[in-house]
Amino acid sequence: MPFGLKVDKPILLGSAFIVIILAVGTAYTLTTQGTATFLSPTYLLQQLHFGAFLGVTAAGMMMVILLGHIDLSVPWTLAASAMLATAIGGLLGDVTCIGVGLAVGLFNGIGVAFLRVPSMIFTLGVNTVLLGLMVMLTGGHAPQSAATDLMLFLGRDRSFGFLPHSVVVWAAVSAVLVFMLTRTPLGRYMYAIGNKEAAAYLSGVRTRMVIVAAFVMCSLCAAIAGLALAGYSARAYQAMGDQYLLPSIAAVVLGGTNILGGRGRYSGTVVGVILIVLLQSVLSVMQMEEGWRQVIYGAVIIVMLLVYGRGQRVES
Amino acid sequence: MKTIRLYLSQNAGLLLAIGMFAVIYLTYVSMHPHYGMNVVTQNINETLALIFVSMAQTVPVLVGGLDLSVGPLMTLVNCFGSVVMAGTGGSIALGIIAALALGAAGGFFNGCIVVYGRIQPIIATLATGAIYIGLALFLRPTPGGNVNGDFSWAFTNDINELGLTYGWFDDAGIFGVIPIQFIILLLIIVVVWIPFRRSTLGRGCYAIGSAEGAAYMSGVRVNRSKLAAFTLGGFFAGCAGVYLTMQMGSGNADAPQAAEYTLRSIAAVVIGGTSLFGGTGGVIGTIFGAMVLRSISFIFRVVPEDSAFGFVASPLLQPLFEGIILLLAVSLGAARVFRVRNRLSLFT
Repeated sequence: MPFGLKVDKPILLGSAFIVIILAVGTAYTLTTQGTATFLSPTYLLQQLHFGAFLGVTAAGMMMVILLGHIDLSVPWTLAASAMLATAIGGLLGDVTCIGVGLAVGLFNGIGVAFLRVPSMIFTLGVNTVLLGLMVMLTGGHAPQSAATDLMLFLGRDRSFGFLPHSVVVWAAVSAVLVFMLTRTPLGRYMYAIGNKEAAAYLSGVRTRMVIVAAFVMCSLCAAIAGLALAGYSARAYQAMGDQYLLPSIAAVVLGGTNILGGRGRYSGTVVGVILIVLLQSVLSVMQMEEGWRQVIYGAVIIVMLLVYGRGQRVES
Repeated sequence: MKTIRLYLSQNAGLLLAIGMFAVIYLTYVSMHPHYGMNVVTQNINETLALIFVSMAQTVPVLVGGLDLSVGPLMTLVNCFGSVVMAGTGGSIALGIIAALALGAAGGFFNGCIVVYGRIQPIIATLATGAIYIGLALFLRPTPGGNVNGDFSWAFTNDINELGLTYGWFDDAGIFGVIPIQFIILLLIIVVVWIPFRRSTLGRGCYAIGSAEGAAYMSGVRVNRSKLAAFTLGGFFAGCAGVYLTMQMGSGNADAPQAAEYTLRSIAAVVIGGTSLFGGTGGVIGTIFGAMVLRSISFIFRVVPEDSAFGFVASPLLQPLFEGIILLLAVSLGAARVFRVRNRLSLFT
């Protein structure tokens, strides 16, 4: 029963590791400052507020990884949608943002599903084209880059004094995707294609349409993250998507999704995102050198995968 | 006739890469106002690091894995090299050997995690890549280092300059204009790649890339070949790092640059005719793939601004054109989609 309520190993271990991170961080702050900063609701909400952007991006990334594909165009899909939206401004800008996500996703999907170019390389090319388009549009003159009202509402504002709207966006995206993965044929088809595309095709699944749908979902998530992130930083800028590509892949894989596709639960991705966001935040609060941070980040990924992510030995 | 046809069909990717490079580079040459050997030296200077990184990517791709740590490993070796290659004379040579050994060790570490940890290469190297960048930051928190200027100059120019700098000879005649980078590259291909390709280990890598299970059943030492592939990849990344150190004379733990090299290396591998699924291709095609990527950006420099195509010379448009050409180049492989009779054969 892949969709049952049973908690699986990656999720359990990921959660355990989150507790360890918080414990170590708290021990540190207790000894140096005498406060338990990491356990305060303000701090945790702050982390969720910021982590939601990675959460939405990783949610989209998971959709293509489940199929055994990957989307390297996420950084510039995110940046391009936000930059175009702020350049146009207003409600039309917000619509443009989603439109860009939709268009990039369709393009990626067609390239991967219909032309059957490996997704790794096709999306890499699309990323470069989007970068080029943005340099062309914004290089000569500086268009407006101030966030629109909707962006500020989604990315910066909070309700009731504590609930960040970005977390609500993350929760809404998650709810839609979980429903899609577990309760609709599309979700079943995605797992089926990830396991064996030929078998899914022979069973009558329109595999190409499913692949296109997955890429559209991924790019839409990137666009939504761009919308909210531009609100968070109050403007859109060129490099805004760069630090979301590798962490989103890492979050998905740490959550137990097989990088070759076919296996993985959405709750794992959420755990992976929280793990990465907290790890980075605790390390920076502990004033760790940048070098150490990178080494620990890499080591954590390897150790966690050694514990539960080991593949089968190929023997036949 | 039959053997020629077989050779053509087996090396279609390589030949396509050579053809693309020839067309693009000849266009560049014909448009260049002052083309000469010094321009060739300058071009290869800008290309060699990418060539080595792309070679580093090719070997793991041949066994069916992607290596996201080639760029970071190059950066680490660059920073390490800027420390150990800082002396003069014999100590530089020792430093180069140490730096190359570090590259191979990094690759071996990747291989161990992939083989014994049984973690997918793409995600294992994503993690080790972070570790390598971290280590590079320890060595060079800020860009720096002071590699001997004479040495830097001598090994990034043509043979005549090498002789002049060290007072070995004045003029090597017609051979004197050959860029030294060309000799380095040729040497590494002849001494390292070709023996590897012909060894049991190398053939094992191709077999594993085609069908790992079948290779195992046929008695290929799968683990040993995979370890060798990643180690060789690390060695090539080390070559890139050492070359970068010679060229820059310093070390720089630049994470964005590392990421860019990694992504470009994937593109170079694919344009060079190596399948991302493994089993076919080789570093020779990759070299041309990397040169195709670089020549594209060379062209934009020499387009005359007042010609009909002058508008593409705008620096603002360059990234866009590079992206479009990359996309077109990789989409060439889509031709087979329109030839297949049975769509089922696409899925294997």
